[in-house]
Amino acid sequence: MTGLADIVARHRRRRAGAAAGGDIIQRIALLLAVLLAAAAILTPLIAPFDPLDQSLISRLRPPAGFDRAGPGHLFGTDELGRDVLSRALYGMRLTLTLAFVGALIGLCLGGTLGVIAGLRRSWLEDAIMALVDMQIAIPFTLVALLVLAVLGSNVTVLVLVLGVAGWEQYARIVRAEVRRLTGQPFIEAARAAGAGTVYIARRHLLPNVVSPLVVQFTLALSNIVILESTLSFLGLGVQPPQPSLGSMVGLGRDYMPTAPWIVLAPAALIVTLTFTVQILGDWLRDRADVRLQER
Amino acid sequence: MTDYLLRVAIKMAVTLFAIVTVTFVATRLSGNPIDTFLGEGLTDEGRDALIAYFQLDRSIWHQYVAYLRGVVSGEFGLSFIERRPVTQVVAARLWPSAQLLLASIGLTAAVSIPLGVLAALYRKSWIGSAVMVVAFSGYAVPNFVLAVVMILTFSYWLNWLPVVGNGTALHFIMPTIAMSGVLIAALTRFTRNAMLDVLGQDFIRTARAKGLPELAVVMRHGLGNAGVTVISVIGLQIASLAAAGSVVVETIFSWPGIGQLLVTAAIMRDYPVLQFGVIAVAVAVVLINAITDVAYALVDPRIRLARS
Repeated sequence: MTGLADIVARHRRRRAGAAAGGDIIQRIALLLAVLLAAAAILTPLIAPFDPLDQSLISRLRPPAGFDRAGPGHLFGTDELGRDVLSRALYGMRLTLTLAFVGALIGLCLGGTLGVIAGLRRSWLEDAIMALVDMQIAIPFTLVALLVLAVLGSNVTVLVLVLGVAGWEQYARIVRAEVRRLTGQPFIEAARAAGAGTVYIARRHLLPNVVSPLVVQFTLALSNIVILESTLSFLGLGVQPPQPSLGSMVGLGRDYMPTAPWIVLAPAALIVTLTFTVQILGDWLRDRADVRLQER
Repeated sequence: MTDYLLRVAIKMAVTLFAIVTVTFVATRLSGNPIDTFLGEGLTDEGRDALIAYFQLDRSIWHQYVAYLRGVVSGEFGLSFIERRPVTQVVAARLWPSAQLLLASIGLTAAVSIPLGVLAALYRKSWIGSAVMVVAFSGYAVPNFVLAVVMILTFSYWLNWLPVVGNGTALHFIMPTIAMSGVLIAALTRFTRNAMLDVLGQDFIRTARAKGLPELAVVMRHGLGNAGVTVISVIGLQIASLAAAGSVVVETIFSWPGIGQLLVTAAIMRDYPVLQFGVIAVAVAVVLINAITDVAYALVDPRIRLARS
């Protein structure tokens, strides 16, 4: 079985590489992640302008280095003379906040349902798994569209919608892990020693499902960033004048022929965010060595 | 097989029922839709008449039953804006959406299947890595960013392609590519994994051992078996992804399809159109899923036997 030996050897090498801090791309991603997170946290300190400050005399100024560039406007200004860099920074801050809270909501919702489905093998499990199947079958963007149109978009509604978007992945992972673990001798031993269900869930199951959940959380972050910026792009997410990366691209579309920087700066930031988070997610997946569902 | 068909049918019915219920609940979340959607300039008598007409003074369960009755008899109400049955409004958008969807799935299959096979065959060399980087990028770049960058490059800068409408073959190029980015990423990964699974099987070794040329091993025995999985993935996952993508892409390129209609309806708060549009798209996705399930079971006896 050279095939198997080969796979094992490759796997060892990969783990060694991961333990040593990953390859060059992963290190760049890690550095970018730290920089982006710092930028998001420190936005009010580092943004050169107020994101809502309009200035009629410096409308549609190109980025620094071009003719007519406005003083201090590194990435230029938009149609109302607002600083594109500042708006993009505040937009990223909002996007990341929404993504974190949304992913946390999904984690709590899906994780709880997953544990219940894994522990209670009854009609409850069937019902939860039927819900999971449904969530997968129905294109979620459409439901989000409907809910946001009816309720009107504000940050609370938006973050709830984003939270519901990915719960089924957590539920599937947790249920599968719980089912696998409950068959193990140490759980049986705990049960024989008289431990209750809640105690077993907290002390024995939770520590074992943490690493796959962290991986899923990271991957979910990038999906939520994409969903949020898509909804904001369509005008159904974050509402103006509050800046968001998606709505900057959406509203800047009208000025694309003459002022492409209004669109390009936030678009580049979105792609940087999603690339960084996904590379980190994949790296964590390799490190955690869990067989997650390939998507 | 009857057993299997029955299970698929039940699953489909439950999902459809859930979709209809979700759309009902979603449109009632805001309380009284009349106040939300018609609002200003309405006299009290007019408002009362509308409430009576839409039976909003009855209990929520009564409304729900009345709504289900309407769904069963195919009555989904009138569009607030176009003042004609929403079924007609949506039906008029069907063909452009279907065209774009078919073009995207065609492009996706044409690109992803060869790429996935290549990535599986050369998974240790730079070819495999390069393919996976491409697939990876498809996930990270949202389709509206892809669309905007293409418009900037090919329409405004190079002046090669038209931005708006669906008149000619040239109009298809950018929307199709924008739709396909994510789909190509997903399908390439699936194809690669399916190929890797199959190529590790004993019968592949047997085929090689009996001296079959490598091309025949890969194409006939490898792709022949992996192909079933790949096609089922197109039906199960790609359809749903494409439905979500069409909303964005059709809006950007003013493509007169259902996706654009849904966004306009959401922004104009034309909620009968929105409600029926969501149901229509969801039904289409669920139908495609069910057909795929059945076709998969027909082709692969392991599926229908294992689960029953």
